[in-house]
Amino acid sequence: MVTLRLEDVGAYHGRRLALSGISTPAFTDGDVVAVIGPNAAGKSTLFKRMAGLLGGPGDVVVTGTRRGASGICYMPQDSATSAALSVYESVLLARKQNASWIVQDADLAAVDEVLGSLGIADIAFRSLGELSGGQRQLASLAQTLARDPEILLMDEPTSALDLHRQMQVLTLVRDLVRQRRLLAFIALHDLNQVLRFADKVLVLSGGTSRGSGSCKDVITVDLLREVYNIDARIERCSQGNGQVIIDGYRTPLPGSTEP
Amino acid sequence: MARRKRLLLALLAFALLCSLLLDLALGSVRLGPWEVVQALLTPDSVPPQAHVVVWDIRLPVALMAVVVGAALSLAGAQMQTILNNPLASPFTLGISAAASFGAALGLAFGLRLLPVAAEYMLPLNAFLMAMLTALIIHALSLKRGVTAETIVLLGIALVFTFNALLALVQYFATEQAVAAVVFWTMGSLTKATWGKLGITTAVLAATLPLFLRRSWALTALRLGDDKAASFGVDVRRLRLHTLVLVSLLAAFPVAFVGTIGFIGLVGPHIARMLVGEDQRFFLPASMLAGAVILSLSSVVSKILIPGTIFPIGVVTSLIGIPFFISLILGSRRRSW
Repeated sequence: MVTLRLEDVGAYHGRRLALSGISTPAFTDGDVVAVIGPNAAGKSTLFKRMAGLLGGPGDVVVTGTRRGASGICYMPQDSATSAALSVYESVLLARKQNASWIVQDADLAAVDEVLGSLGIADIAFRSLGELSGGQRQLASLAQTLARDPEILLMDEPTSALDLHRQMQVLTLVRDLVRQRRLLAFIALHDLNQVLRFADKVLVLSGGTSRGSGSCKDVITVDLLREVYNIDARIERCSQGNGQVIIDGYRTPLPGSTEP
Repeated sequence: MARRKRLLLALLAFALLCSLLLDLALGSVRLGPWEVVQALLTPDSVPPQAHVVVWDIRLPVALMAVVVGAALSLAGAQMQTILNNPLASPFTLGISAAASFGAALGLAFGLRLLPVAAEYMLPLNAFLMAMLTALIIHALSLKRGVTAETIVLLGIALVFTFNALLALVQYFATEQAVAAVVFWTMGSLTKATWGKLGITTAVLAATLPLFLRRSWALTALRLGDDKAASFGVDVRRLRLHTLVLVSLLAAFPVAFVGTIGFIGLVGPHIARMLVGEDQRFFLPASMLAGAVILSLSSVVSKILIPGTIFPIGVVTSLIGIPFFISLILGSRRRSW
């Protein structure tokens, strides 16, 4: 069983301590964990820390992975590239990073499968530089999934996608998590998507944790007021999903430096 | 797609073979292409004169053009990759100029930067200065807010600096040494020997597997540092290792044949246009393209004025400068 637990985790950005004191109970495989919080709350920093790209105090305790650190696959936020590489090549190279140098049939089959499951086989031989923002995000997602993740860290994977593709991608990730017993952390802004797709949630604000646990327990009207400074109701829709309905906002955002 | 790229590589190799034969056939003694092939394959069946011309005089020079072209183009390709900069090459960023300066110190004053035998003095001096410059560029490229254009401007400053230092060396050197330095700053293959060819080939052969082993990581670097790091690539270490290898690749040709500019700029661009930046294809394509360009430049240097051989560095600059300008003007409009 794969588990991940944070013990008093912090992270350095240069010399500045950008995150501190984040502790969580153990998340286990089969869970989709949404990481939420306002802009600059430290979501990306936490992902980089969890992926081992940033140093800092505390421990990210991972147990039960077959491949150790290479089983933790991090998908950074959208980064534009002008590389003269096709989508296909970019996915193949993501897969080949920790493997043997030679391309085998199994690699090509895996790339085809990932591109097919994301519905982007038709742009496989387009150059990365000429993709739209959404296509680029799907290509980036394909690169991450092609690495056979055991723990997925996805930084806003749906921020550039239309509603249909948001549903497609989040459903795909949730199904993968269930079928292959993965553990996925997804940074999301849309709380309704969080309530629909996530099992657990970790709330960040001002570089530290404001709570973690099951969505129902953590996402409350009080929390939304404290963290986002919005007035909202949480109601159950006719299909049984929780929904956040926003009535208004107050200024300024708590913790922000604006006057 | 992969098949099309392999075909393009084969075409480049074929072009190189044709250019090589042409290079061997041209010169003060004209030989037919068939005679050249005969002299190469069955040396005993041709007249002794043709044998000497092909094997002792022209082959080291012609092969030096191929090896130096491949080495400089490979160096340029990897500099462009790690600095994320389409205008990077050993020549445009001052690494070749630094190597020139290092070698000139040895040539004019017998100054050795490391205590080694005299025959290795020039290449080692050249390498140390090239390495030093590469590290300066590396350190500055890590600073925040440094763009591709800033690095190029910095490179120009370095070129000026080392050219000034080179002029200073010439000012203090003996007349004989000055002639040697001047001849060699223009770049010329005519002093190539089997020995120098062997060393340059050995350097290329030694660095190549190191690049091949890192080829997936180097390709990943083109997706951006964040992405490469997320794939588990140690970005800083990869940059540093690559710079050391690039310095080696740039320094040895400079030490033996002088400064030959723009091959490291034009070669990789042609390769990129043909096969893209997947290093499995980009790396051999860059080497082949660089080799073809320098080999053809060698041909051109012989036919511009019949009976004389132009310094090849002048020929490559005349081809390279318009290309460089078009890259600068075009860099804002399209991705590279």
